[in-house]
Amino acid sequence: MPDPIEARDLTKVFGGTTAVDRVSFSVRQGEIFGFLGPNGAGKTTTTRMLTGVIPSDGGTAHVLGYDMRTDPVRAKQRFGVVPETANAYTDLSAWQNLMLMGELYGLARTRAEARAADLLGALGLLERKGQKVQAYSKGMKQRLILAMALLHEPELLFLDEPTSGLDVQSTHLILDLLRDLNRAGTTIFLTTHNMEEANRLCDRVGIIRSGRIVAIDAPEKLKSAIERVHRVEVSFDREVSGDGLAALETVLLTAREGDKWQLVVEDTDAAVRALTAFARGQGAAIVTLNTPAPSLDEAFLRLTGEAEP
Amino acid sequence: MNPAHPAEQVRRAWAIAKKDIRIYYLKGPVLIFGVFMPVFLFLAFLMGSRQLPLAFLVSGLVAMTLFFTATAVSPAIFPWEGQAKTLERLAACPVTVEAIVLGDMIASVLFGIAITAVTIAIGLALGLPLLHGVALGAAVLLGAVCFSAIGMLLAVPPTNLPSNIMMFSSLIRFPLVFISGIFVPLEQLPPWGLALAVCSPLTYFADLVRYAFTGISYFPVETDLAALGIFTLGFTAVTMVLHRRTMPRRM
Repeated sequence: MPDPIEARDLTKVFGGTTAVDRVSFSVRQGEIFGFLGPNGAGKTTTTRMLTGVIPSDGGTAHVLGYDMRTDPVRAKQRFGVVPETANAYTDLSAWQNLMLMGELYGLARTRAEARAADLLGALGLLERKGQKVQAYSKGMKQRLILAMALLHEPELLFLDEPTSGLDVQSTHLILDLLRDLNRAGTTIFLTTHNMEEANRLCDRVGIIRSGRIVAIDAPEKLKSAIERVHRVEVSFDREVSGDGLAALETVLLTAREGDKWQLVVEDTDAAVRALTAFARGQGAAIVTLNTPAPSLDEAFLRLTGEAEP
Repeated sequence: MNPAHPAEQVRRAWAIAKKDIRIYYLKGPVLIFGVFMPVFLFLAFLMGSRQLPLAFLVSGLVAMTLFFTATAVSPAIFPWEGQAKTLERLAACPVTVEAIVLGDMIASVLFGIAITAVTIAIGLALGLPLLHGVALGAAVLLGAVCFSAIGMLLAVPPTNLPSNIMMFSSLIRFPLVFISGIFVPLEQLPPWGLALAVCSPLTYFADLVRYAFTGISYFPVETDLAALGIFTLGFTAVTMVLHRRTMPRRM
């Protein structure tokens, strides 16, 4: 069974500028894939090519097994899209927008009505379903857009900055719904600027810079991969030998801070094993043991070249 | 269900048409403009006319009404929706560009026919006999499709500024009215005028309407219908092809 998203050498040129340059990656069944990058890096252009909104100038995009250049309609029937800008029809009510989506996805009226009622209820919009969207707040519009994308129960969901600029309540509502959907088997492709959101939600993240993929990995691996050396913070229930700590395998530096030792190590796993053996040898018990990793923000900034080297 | 099947795409085009009617056509100002503009053009010409028969003037009014109403709103829908990003919403749905264009055309056809029915009723109220109702029905249906395709053709330039498109649209539509035998009978046109008139689909529609009310036409009725049919097919095909090319540039 092919991966839900397979991009190979995907390229887009606007005028003389290559916005997306031979981007290749795949998104696995059932995962939440975060697509990160600074403004203008090519995230939205890549998403638009994957969703068939604009054609690629090179390479291929297969979504749910369909080639987006030759068979986009069948693919679109099975995925949902939450674009960067909330784009419901503001002259229509939420209900009318959802019924329009139902017709555009070929749903039977009764099924569309049942789904619309469920989704509006889950997203806190049921009481205002008859009101024109122009009177909605930004958060309500974004929740409606999510409902419109989910009406036909897609197996793959594309979201472009779904929580950007939203209030806390709307953000939580949307993120909780995404987690529930993913638990139920929906594959999610999420474009975001929010590192914390990506860190908490995504199984893997891809980072794009100047139209090119610079890294794809699990957030934790990505965070640790950017550091050649790592930090370990440890404290014991009694005094131990500083020299003994410094002599441990993989330990490069030691420093005492209060009742804790800060170690700089080459290999976190080897260091933790060595520390437990060392504690046993010293007749001491380990009270705390932390391996603070760089944040995803740091990884992102490092990989996108915006941080100091 | 195969979502790409033509029948399924036509069904989805109908959904787009209903959306257009609700959002763009069922507005007081649009409806009033649709009725008033041809009526005032007609009255202006009636007052300054050279004792042209009422049947000629009413035929011209019907022709102008259908032409202006069927091309009034459709050129601006793509720019409006491009600006509001709702076009991107449609493009992400399982509908082809052709289905989106067809949906806009269907709405335009229905609006054109509905307003034209009012002007035909005015003609009948003024005492004009309807001699060939079937010919008039066929002409209105064919003409509505043809003029809707022209309206969509005017929307091809990939700008999301409705004012640009409306200006361009006026530049094309008004001259077309003056070369189509609406204000001056075809038989009174100079040869160069006639040469221009045969290039306009509006000429054949106006000739058919005149035939319906007076029993007299400049061209044979079969020629009028065939010409209108060819223009309709040609404009529809060209507008579909061109929108497929320019649609991504609106996103």
